[in-house]
Amino acid sequence: MDQAEAAADDLASTIEKLPTLVNADAALVRRGRSLTVDVLLEVGATPYYVSIVGGRIDRIERGPQVMRSWSFAIRGDARAWRQFWQPFPPPHFHDIFALAKRGHFRLEGDLYPLMAHLLYFKDVLAAPRRLAEGAR
Amino acid sequence: MAPQIDPIVGRYLHVKLQQRPHRIYFEEAGQGIPLVCLHTAGSDGRQFRHLMTDAAITEYFRVIAFDLPWHGKSAPPEGWHDEEYRLTTASYTEAIRTFCAALELDHPVVLGCSIGGRIVLNLAIHHAREFRALVGLESAAFQPPWYDASWLHRPDVHGGEVCAGLVSGLMAPQSPKAARWETLWHYMQSGPGVFKGDLYFYRVDADLRDAIDRIDTRICPLYLMTGEYDFSCTPEDTVRTAERIPGAEVLEMKEVGHFPMSENPQQFRRYILPVLDRIRTVP
Repeated sequence: MDQAEAAADDLASTIEKLPTLVNADAALVRRGRSLTVDVLLEVGATPYYVSIVGGRIDRIERGPQVMRSWSFAIRGDARAWRQFWQPFPPPHFHDIFALAKRGHFRLEGDLYPLMAHLLYFKDVLAAPRRLAEGAR
Repeated sequence: MAPQIDPIVGRYLHVKLQQRPHRIYFEEAGQGIPLVCLHTAGSDGRQFRHLMTDAAITEYFRVIAFDLPWHGKSAPPEGWHDEEYRLTTASYTEAIRTFCAALELDHPVVLGCSIGGRIVLNLAIHHAREFRALVGLESAAFQPPWYDASWLHRPDVHGGEVCAGLVSGLMAPQSPKAARWETLWHYMQSGPGVFKGDLYFYRVDADLRDAIDRIDTRICPLYLMTGEYDFSCTPEDTVRTAERIPGAEVLEMKEVGHFPMSENPQQFRRYILPVLDRIRTVP
């Protein structure tokens, strides 16, 4: 495995822990209780389809899949996601809108579910930061 | 056991703004040089409660924070339900000068954050002789907008929650969780459309890039302090502004964002105390 593949693998294992991290957080699930939506998170070249049901992450599937629908997408380069998931990300890598402003993330599709549940998504997306905290 | 009470007193001041009667809420603590604090867009004077309970500051400064009309406990003027709220450079400047004059403050220091940081530049341009010093937190003559403000006021999105959600990312990840969420609570309590109305001033009306050359810091010292995690008004935005103002002092604050005084009061006092000491000791 070369270095790029190893790095991509590390991001894959991080994002695949998202359901466990979110669903174990009762307060966060409660914050998203009225939300059921399919979201696309693109980490580098790899799409992940995240299905949220009543604030819980029902499943996350690695793509690409043909003819898969989603409501909105957050697409970012691998370096940006890796920085974003550090326990204390550097300035301009600590928030999805900061990353979007600098061109590292792109927000696409119907942004209504994102904006109507913004505080929910902020903490869902930041949840992997807790992995590094636990490892220390 | 004696009750634990903050040394902060809140009162209401009656003034006319834009020819209409207003009842303005303000809080204060301490004595000495008046230090008037201006809150951010869509929030209120509670952001400054830590300055008001810091004996190192209140020993020398009378710290005063008023809520702009429509914010906090300052009600909107009679007839508000038939109009769209919009803060302008003129109405904001009038509110500050009227407030200071009504309380008979002698050459106050004005410290403002975000929109408050923008308006202190306008005070420096047009009214420098009225003030002892001006401090802009997260201040720049102009910044490019980074989101569509129509999300802030629509019936199918909770205004308080979306406003809080947007500004949540402007704080540093190192800031204490309790202080961050308290900062967000103020946004959640803001009235419908108020944050958006403040942004009319910030985004549309108050592009001061062509006017800051006229600031003379020999008349009134100007301090510009910006948090490294503020991606709305970045340290680079502040430096770009200060480069055009001879004598303006710039400080980048580490491990804070757009709300230094409320998101991390301990970190902020490391930066603000030396500035206030200099303001106090310069005759």
